[in-house]
Amino acid sequence: MAQAGTKRSATSLFVRYTVLILIALVFVFPLVFMVMSSLKPDAQLLRDTASIRAFMPVGDISLDNYFAAFRRAPIMLFVFNSVLVTGLTVAGALLVGSLAAFAFTFMNWHGRDVIFTMILATLILPFETIAIPLLLQVNNLPWVTTEGLVTGWLNSYHVQVIPWIGDGLTIFLFVQYFKDLPKELIDAARIDGASWLQIYWRVIMPISGPVVATAAILKFLIMYSQQYLWPLLVTQSEEYRPVMVGLQYFFQLNVAWGEVMAYLSIITVPVLVFYLFLQRAFISSIASTGLKG
Amino acid sequence: MANPRLHQHHLAGWLMAAPAILLIVAFLVMPFFLGVGLSFTNQRLVSPNPPSYIGMKNFSDLLGMGILVLEPERNEQGEIERDDEGEPEYPRIRSFTRNNPDYPQYQGMREYLSFSWGENRVVILARDVVFLKAIVNTICFVAVVAPLQGGLALGLALLVNQRLPGINIFRAIYFMPVVLSIVVVALLWRFIYAGDNGLLNALLGFLSFGLFQPIDWLGRTDTALWAILVMSVWQGVGFHMVIWLSGLQTIPQSLYEAADLEGASSWQKFRYVTWPMLRNTAVLVLIVITMNGFALFAQIDVMTGGGPLDSTQSIVFQAVQHGYVRQDIGRGSAISVILFLLVFTISMTQRYLTRERN
Repeated sequence: MAQAGTKRSATSLFVRYTVLILIALVFVFPLVFMVMSSLKPDAQLLRDTASIRAFMPVGDISLDNYFAAFRRAPIMLFVFNSVLVTGLTVAGALLVGSLAAFAFTFMNWHGRDVIFTMILATLILPFETIAIPLLLQVNNLPWVTTEGLVTGWLNSYHVQVIPWIGDGLTIFLFVQYFKDLPKELIDAARIDGASWLQIYWRVIMPISGPVVATAAILKFLIMYSQQYLWPLLVTQSEEYRPVMVGLQYFFQLNVAWGEVMAYLSIITVPVLVFYLFLQRAFISSIASTGLKG
Repeated sequence: MANPRLHQHHLAGWLMAAPAILLIVAFLVMPFFLGVGLSFTNQRLVSPNPPSYIGMKNFSDLLGMGILVLEPERNEQGEIERDDEGEPEYPRIRSFTRNNPDYPQYQGMREYLSFSWGENRVVILARDVVFLKAIVNTICFVAVVAPLQGGLALGLALLVNQRLPGINIFRAIYFMPVVLSIVVVALLWRFIYAGDNGLLNALLGFLSFGLFQPIDWLGRTDTALWAILVMSVWQGVGFHMVIWLSGLQTIPQSLYEAADLEGASSWQKFRYVTWPMLRNTAVLVLIVITMNGFALFAQIDVMTGGGPLDSTQSIVFQAVQHGYVRQDIGRGSAISVILFLLVFTISMTQRYLTRERN
């Protein structure tokens, strides 16, 4: 009996792992293909796609595509733009969002509940439905430069950053976290005569590491990976383009697929490595957005 | 709250929330209402002339439709005229839609589709055939992607919710495409779908011992949209797997132990314990996939540009074509309003249909 039992469970384990591995291959192979192709000359790359060689580092392997890609496009500029825009937006959204969440959770003020409900309601408004009117709006907004006041935000960093700082999802995540903190912390600090800003900065933020990580990861993914439509609309000149829009550079004139693959690897592999190190934090960030159900 | 007066601070509360509120109003609420207003105008992105109010013209130009029933041409004896293949001949549609004073409502329309009805021919006309295709494509996309992606994500969540050594590695792998940009994924999948020596054709050829005839997946009107859909599922399924997983992990183990005592089968446990407990998660997953589906744009832009023959046009792609490429902000805004109304109606319907019934 016992032997039959272990035999059955061994078979079932084998089946389970086989299914798990086969599915994993479906998710991994396109990425292996990307990295392998970035090492091959174009002719071989296109020939190899017809066989298993597409996923293997065989044939004429070199880093030539990477050098060529750097020669063809201002890659460092695109990466710099993406990092700058993403970094500023994440920092801004966390600061503004946590301040607002603090006010929504710990303070009583007129209109608080109505405004919070309205902010939650904005979460069901897809960005795509406001992109076109927002384009007109930012094209008519003033901005201060060294040469004085100018009209129009197109082709700049701030047009990619400022509209994304006020963010209902970030506020929501912070409120969810703050709600579970003991109110006595606030009361004690108030009795000691601390100002609200001091309580926010000295009492609450130092114990908010987990939600800061969650909100930062989500905002990072949205800004670095998922953003495409908005930067496409507002950056006609490549000077301010982030990596995903900079991709168009490789499709002007003759397309060199090896270089495209090299570029994709450059902009993707660091994020993947970052993810693999912090995968638990990434996964729990996404899971926490599910709490709004 | 022990002492409410300690928390009573109207001005400070407003000030701390103000930056977020102002930004959300300025860059989300205002453009939304601006868009509604602009949709009734002929506003352009850059124009020397001020915009003027044109009423519902944007909407009627986008959504105007008509139905024309054509009777076959008859000769003097009253017999139906037939062409060389024996098919009845009908009057040309252009004779109704171009400068025909008897049918002013059809002026400028084009054929969307037509079918035979007895000996007559029924023609559905649309003022903007491409936009009508975009709406139909987007709705078809959402109707298929929501159950497919939601269902596959639940399957994966159940798989990686098993207690097995190393299960975290599989969880991490299935989630991996979510951290990639859809733009990157779309470019990679162009190689998978390529007609000549594409990876998918090579795989299918190998599995069928060479019987499979290669298909240009993105170049055919009957496969392109579905190819894009499968790729979108590949990219997004890990996200919803994680949402399902967090739902699964809130189900108390004691319920399963009780079911085991009753001798329930795996299916019965899923049907009577797991599924009812996942109800709220299911509503959330459905609504999020629906909203993402309606936002379909980057994949189209990178993979097909709306083609072949407009078979992969989407609503957002059309909004960008009108509002950005042709700089017709008024028309683009009208498309945005139509998109909002669609998303809003469908999410409200989903909420209503999945509401708690007492």
